[in-house]
Amino acid sequence: MCVPVVRNPSYDVAMAPLIELRGLTVEIPTPAGWIRPVDDVSFVLETGESLGLVGESGSGKSMLALALMGLLPPGAKVRGEAWFSGANASSASRVNLLALGEREKIAVRGRDIAMIFQEPMTALNPVMRVGAQIAEAIRAHEPGISREEIHRRVLAALERAAVPEPAVRARQYPHQLSGGLRQRAMIAMALAGNDESAPRENGAGGKPRLLIADEPTTALDVTVQKQILELLAQLRRDLGLALLFITHDLGVVAQVADRIAVSYAGRIVETGPSREVLARPRHPYTAGLLRASPQLVRHKLEPIPGAVPALTALPPGCAFEPRCALRVPECAAAMPELRDAGPGHTARCILV
Amino acid sequence: MLAPLLEARNLKKTFSAPGGAFAIGAASGVPAVDGVSLELAAGETLAIVGESGSGKTTLARMLLRLIEPDSGELLVEGRDFLAARGSQLRALRREMQMVFQDPFASLDPRMRVGSIVGEPLEIHEPNLARAARRARVVEVLRAVGLAEDALARYPHEFSGGQRQRIGIARALVLRPRLVVADEPVSALDVSVGAQILELLQNLQRDFALTYLLISHSLPVVAQLATRIAVMQGGRIVETGAASQILNAPAHPYTQSLIAAIPALPAS
Repeated sequence: MCVPVVRNPSYDVAMAPLIELRGLTVEIPTPAGWIRPVDDVSFVLETGESLGLVGESGSGKSMLALALMGLLPPGAKVRGEAWFSGANASSASRVNLLALGEREKIAVRGRDIAMIFQEPMTALNPVMRVGAQIAEAIRAHEPGISREEIHRRVLAALERAAVPEPAVRARQYPHQLSGGLRQRAMIAMALAGNDESAPRENGAGGKPRLLIADEPTTALDVTVQKQILELLAQLRRDLGLALLFITHDLGVVAQVADRIAVSYAGRIVETGPSREVLARPRHPYTAGLLRASPQLVRHKLEPIPGAVPALTALPPGCAFEPRCALRVPECAAAMPELRDAGPGHTARCILV
Repeated sequence: MLAPLLEARNLKKTFSAPGGAFAIGAASGVPAVDGVSLELAAGETLAIVGESGSGKTTLARMLLRLIEPDSGELLVEGRDFLAARGSQLRALRREMQMVFQDPFASLDPRMRVGSIVGEPLEIHEPNLARAARRARVVEVLRAVGLAEDALARYPHEFSGGQRQRIGIARALVLRPRLVVADEPVSALDVSVGAQILELLQNLQRDFALTYLLISHSLPVVAQLATRIAVMQGGRIVETGAASQILNAPAHPYTQSLIAAIPALPAS
């Protein structure tokens, strides 16, 4: 099921994708008027699959993640559907994440869908020991759990994130850890609900099925980034996690993603298998990003002229038209639909 | 033979950790820069590459005397930079300017672009007439790709890439010979960062500039550098021609840095 726009949702549980977005749109009020950081986004993410969501600042990629987690800022309006299969606490085979009540949202968040962020220092509480924070995350979903069991689970979570000397680290504060270890501690906390050996009753505990990672390595040194990417790959294999990896870095996405969705000014402009999209991009923006990316081999960088348009002042037609070297007059008339650009490959460009 | 534009000999700097309420143990005594020697020839681009904590930013600031080294020598065309005082120091300083990483933090939000870019002229050429100063500012704004109407506007009216252009214009308005660029594109989007790298290349040609580029990113460095020095733990562990460092790194640390870079598939 690689077709990005699915008109009829599949109700066969065995076949249903883990996540199926249909026309997801997020609108946010700003002093300059309503903006639409996520605009009519549709894609599917299969169980265990890794999707790289690529875009520059202002492309709406983080807002999409927050919408799935039910963490949008107050006043935000959401439209569309986000079907999720495999909610541990739900008897329904599929739930629409956007239609959940607050209690159900809390049950899903952190247990079925875990999220890690770019800067662990802002996600971790600076005045609380690392172990206590992980314990809090476990207790939030399993209130009746014993002290001994929590202690065991905290150490298991740190071990799973390959934190050396977990018992020592659990007693430390975030500022005592290096950037890489903080990121590992956050991964441990995000996946703390995942314990195969934990006793389970009426939907307590259970496995996260999806990890959303928002620029998790952007603030890290390149050698530490490599270790964190290897850890995420290992967790995917061991836990059967699907991964929604948000990044601006095409090199990183080439390494972690089975498929790529390229976002520009709130819209998906190209999707497809990552090797295919990066080797043979069909949207001029994707091609331009690749030509503008510095690589180890010196090549003539070809910058994209201009800047990403402000969401308050989008052009009437294709949002990339003002910066596009290949534009023709029709491009300014209307936003093109995603078009078929090869097997499992689509691009939002009239030249395709 | 001409003396190098800038020469550092055995520079050292140790920051003492002030013992405060939050001091844990005796953390002082670890040198940030531990005996660095380097030469910078006119017209070249030397890149100092290292991860966080390697000492590359401390080294760059010492080379401009924004931080005083504990020991070592610093020579500008053979003249003792560390001993320079008063008008002699000012004369040397205007030859060396800095471009900063964060175009949002490095520009005064309450100043108009004309004043931001013209300020170094007010300090170093106080006798310059207003009209002449304005002409110099407009000229340098044009050189970095900004129109004259930028003069009366404030930094917040510009995008990140344009703000970095303003920072570069301020650095160039005194016509320095050496520009130290500390992570000049790491806060920018890829498509905009490439614009700034291209601009730096063109300005080097047009203004006969020597660059000292500080960066954590070997791919960025690969676009500009003629020579690369790799820093780790306050020391230079490997230095050589850019092509040699990138294609045949000799030091295990350089090798591990290169191996960690996620590569794009060949098209």
